[in-house]
Amino acid sequence: MRSTTPVQTASGDRPRLARHVRLRFDPARGQHVLLTPEAVTVLNGTGAAVLELCDGQRTVTGIVAELRGRYASVDDAEVRRFLDRLAARRCLELGDAEVGRA
Amino acid sequence: MRSAVDGAVDAPLGLLAELTYRCPLHCSYCSNPLDLAAYADELTTAEWRRVLAEARELGVLQLHLSGGEPLLRRDLAEIVQYAAELGLYTNLITSALGLTPRRAEQLLAAGLDHVQISLQADEAALSDRLAGTPSFERKLAAARLVKDLGWPLTLNVVLHRHNVDRIAGVLELAEQLEADRIELAHTQYYGWALRNRGGLLPSRAQLERAQGVVRAAHERLQGRMEVIYVLPDYHSRYPKPCMGGWGRRQLTVVPDGGVLPCPTAHTLPLPRASVREHPLRWIWERSPLFQRFRGTEWMPDPCRSCDRRELDFGGCRCQAFQLTGDAARTDPVCHLSPDHGLVAEAVAAADEAARRRDAVLTPRRPGAARHPGTTGPRA
Repeated sequence: MRSTTPVQTASGDRPRLARHVRLRFDPARGQHVLLTPEAVTVLNGTGAAVLELCDGQRTVTGIVAELRGRYASVDDAEVRRFLDRLAARRCLELGDAEVGRA
Repeated sequence: MRSAVDGAVDAPLGLLAELTYRCPLHCSYCSNPLDLAAYADELTTAEWRRVLAEARELGVLQLHLSGGEPLLRRDLAEIVQYAAELGLYTNLITSALGLTPRRAEQLLAAGLDHVQISLQADEAALSDRLAGTPSFERKLAAARLVKDLGWPLTLNVVLHRHNVDRIAGVLELAEQLEADRIELAHTQYYGWALRNRGGLLPSRAQLERAQGVVRAAHERLQGRMEVIYVLPDYHSRYPKPCMGGWGRRQLTVVPDGGVLPCPTAHTLPLPRASVREHPLRWIWERSPLFQRFRGTEWMPDPCRSCDRRELDFGGCRCQAFQLTGDAARTDPVCHLSPDHGLVAEAVAAADEAARRRDAVLTPRRPGAARHPGTTGPRA
C-alpha cells in the first residue's frame, strides 16, 4: 500500500528535482537514470532531456517550447503526464509562477 | 536458467552494505544472523573501497549502508565519500544512535544523499523497552538534526504485535518531526525475528485495525508525507517478490565480506562467496550461489506453471527453507503452496497468543542465541 497523490502540473509551474533525487548518466547501461532511496528509474533519451530542463526556473510551457526546438515532434500532453507522474512520486517539486525563482 | 556465460545476466541495481553487525539496540525482531559474533572480522576501509568500485563497475547505482549500526564504523564518512565520488546514490539506514551533530555534518560533507531512521514506537517507555536500551529521545533529536541539515527524512518502523496498535501515534509523531516519508513495514521472520516469531506475529484483528488507520492517514497526509505500508507476508495470499528475484536486482555484502543474494541467505545450505576470495563480478555472474535460484528454471510446481512466476519469483528461498527444510520449494506463504498449512498454523497461533500477551522475547545480543533447539519452528 502506497500513497501517491494525483498531481496535475500547471503551465506556470517551475518544476525542479526534489532534493533527495539524483539524475545521473550511467555508463554501465549507457542511459540516464533517476535515483531515489527506494527506486532506480531508467530513463529514455526524451525523459532525460525533459528532466535536465527541470531547473526550477523554466516553466512547464518553457520546457515544452525548449523541447520543440530540439525534437521534431513533442507531445505537450505526454510531457505533462511524465511530469505529473514524477511529481506524484515526489521526485519533482513544483515551484509555482507566483513564487517564481524560489 | 539465464546463464552468465552467454552474457545474459542483468546488472545489479542496488548493493546493501551491512558494514557491521555491532549495534547499540537489542531489538527482538532483528533479521541479523543469530551468530552475530561470527562476523567480527570486518572488512577494512580499503576492502570496502574495492567492493564499491567493483560494484559500480558492475552497474550498481544505489548503496544502502546498514548493519547492525553503520555509525559504529569510524570510517563511515570515508566510505560515503568514496561512494559519492563513484556516483553511487548513498542511503544510510540507522538507529540514529551516534548521529551527533558533528558526525551528521561530516556525512553531509561527504555527500550522503539520504537518511532513514528507525523508530520502535511513538513514546519513550515502549520504544526503549522494544529497543532494549534508552534510545527514544536520542532518535528524536537525530531526526530533527536530519531535517535541520536539509536532508529529507524517512522513518522506518518495523511492526509487530507490540507496536502495531500504535500506528496512529507513530504517524502523529512523524508529522511532528516533519518526516517526508514513513515506511511502516511488518516484521519479516528471519534471524532473531524468526526465533521470536511466536511473540511478534500480530493477530488478524490487530492487522485489520492497522489497515484502517493507514488508509485514513493516506488521505489525511496526501501531498505532505508519503506513507508506505508493507503488508505482513504471513497474512498475504501470495508471497513477496523477495529481492525482486534471486540475483536479479540486488546483492548484499555482509560485514566479513560474504556476498549474498539477500541478507538472510546465509541460512541456506549453499556454497559461500566472499569478496575476499573472488571479484564481485564473478560472484554476481558466475558463482554457484548466485546462479542457484536465478530465473525460473529451478522452480517446482505450483510456481513453474504459475502466471505469477515472473512477478513474485516463487517468493522467498530463505522462508521456504526455514519452514520446510527445502530451499527449492514454493514459499509456504503462498496459498497455492502444498506447505501453506505451516504458515496458516503460525497465523492461527498468533491470534490465540495475542490475546494472552505473555510472550517471552529474546533480545538480540551476541551470545544470546546459543541455546540449541530454538532457532526455528522446525528446529
